[in-house]
Amino acid sequence: MIHATLKQLSQQLADKQVSAVELATEYLQRIDALNPQLNAFITVDRDKTLLEAAAADARRAAGLAGLLTGAPIAHKDIFCQQGWKTSCGSKMLDNFISPYDAHVIEQCQAAGLVTLGRANMDEFAMGSSNENSYYGAVKNPWDLAAIPGGSSGGSAAAVAARLAPVATATDTGGSIRQPASHCGVTGIKPTYGVVSRFGMVAYASSLDQGGVMAQTAEDCALMLNVIAGFDERDSTSLERAKEDYSRDLAQPLAGLRVGLPREYFADGLAADVGRIIDNAVSELKKLGAEVVDISLPNTQLSIPAYYVIAPAEASANLSRFDGVRYGHRASEYKDLVDMYEKSRAEGFGSEVKRRIMVGTYVLSHGYYDAYYIKAQKIRRLIADDFKAAFAGCDVILGPVAPTAAFNLGEKSGDPVQMYLSDIYTLSVNLAGLPAMSVPAGFSDNGRPVGLQIIGNYFSEAKMLNVAHQFQQVTDWHSKAPAL
Amino acid sequence: MSLSHQDVARIARLSRIAVTDAEIDAVNRQLNSILGLIEQMQAVNTDGIEPMAHPQDVSLRLREDVVTEPNRREACQAVAPQVEKGLFLVPKVIE
Repeated sequence: MIHATLKQLSQQLADKQVSAVELATEYLQRIDALNPQLNAFITVDRDKTLLEAAAADARRAAGLAGLLTGAPIAHKDIFCQQGWKTSCGSKMLDNFISPYDAHVIEQCQAAGLVTLGRANMDEFAMGSSNENSYYGAVKNPWDLAAIPGGSSGGSAAAVAARLAPVATATDTGGSIRQPASHCGVTGIKPTYGVVSRFGMVAYASSLDQGGVMAQTAEDCALMLNVIAGFDERDSTSLERAKEDYSRDLAQPLAGLRVGLPREYFADGLAADVGRIIDNAVSELKKLGAEVVDISLPNTQLSIPAYYVIAPAEASANLSRFDGVRYGHRASEYKDLVDMYEKSRAEGFGSEVKRRIMVGTYVLSHGYYDAYYIKAQKIRRLIADDFKAAFAGCDVILGPVAPTAAFNLGEKSGDPVQMYLSDIYTLSVNLAGLPAMSVPAGFSDNGRPVGLQIIGNYFSEAKMLNVAHQFQQVTDWHSKAPAL
Repeated sequence: MSLSHQDVARIARLSRIAVTDAEIDAVNRQLNSILGLIEQMQAVNTDGIEPMAHPQDVSLRLREDVVTEPNRREACQAVAPQVEKGLFLVPKVIE
């Protein structure tokens, strides 16, 4: 049962082969057994979970169940959830019990999904290795010496280790796709504006987007049907008609034009990762896809542009943590400013402080045009590259990261080295496009590698179709680590 | 360009983050290394390019000017470090 997909679990629940309480109990036992070594969860609350599960069973008994009622889910600790600690991986919010639900949580509750716990993450979603969590690094279930990726490392590790069938996650610069790739699970980051940011602790608001991870593309489609949709409390939520993201899953791929960006296969891509992506492209060709050579010439510039825009927005967003209304307050201070400075110095970890300071600097008097406006102009160039590319192809394929998961501690002392590994994911966020990571093989040292699928705006159903068809002829997504 | 200790101290002050003397060397080095990365942007000619603030060209929605939030003061203040009589307490700012 632990290896069942969300789709299969929903069928078992509907057929009364299993109850929500039985399912939750089984997953909680597995979390108890494996979380001490993986550290995928920050908070587990057995009583709360079983209450939710009992309510789901009651709902089903009353004939009010939806497709996913009673199925378990892990939530990234970035989504505010009433009555649950919502720490965002930070000491700053270690004492924060959310008084309200994020829109994503409301949607999951309305669907009857049962919360298994709160998934670990890089502090305030800043990081590519999960080593920036106040609660300690998450371990990669495939190799405990490896990072799980970040920032949604807990979500990815939980799904990979079968501690949860699905998990919510967020992606500001690759935080769904990169950990999904490193842990061998399927993850989707929708078009910016498709999933409401209400109640999602803000990092860089013009880039942040919620999404999901699961074993399969089909499960991602089912989950996207739950969490996507207009929400007037998010000023950038898009007013669009509700869509069924699973509608095109069964479509054949004959005639699909897949673009391969030259820049994603150039120097810097590890040979084993390159080979895995080539093999994945060959599989899609067998299914009738045509390959188109494309160029995204400003790819390299996505790194500096992102590391201006994201810290700038973060410095503004994180100014709310002042030790006054919620969050950590220093125990000793001499006046108000001292209280702010000490509370923030104690409450934030070093990467968060660095990004706040970089952001403060690039927005400061005399530097705004040289940095922030310049970065926004480059952002336009990057979005225009994609626009030109999509004139000649339906989806873009490439690697998610230059290498398979690196070792814990390998890059933690050098922030710039860590930033450079985000090269294939950042552009998508700057352009606001949807993208996925789909399990596609294993590196020479046995670590999972994902295939990135980038779609045009609002083409989630098409991307999921490509991923689903790929998963009909490959079995990488159904492989699980030995634990 | 590279930042001095003095620049770092100013940025830290603007950020409202206390940086101790023991930390300032390391912080200075890391910020300079990040700024070195960011400098790559300057090599690109972006004259005449419209800055992009947002992926979708949508304008902000307007809504009716009506009350939408209930008063949940107690629930919201339950997570505050220090409150009294429904007010958030901070160190004295006016003598």
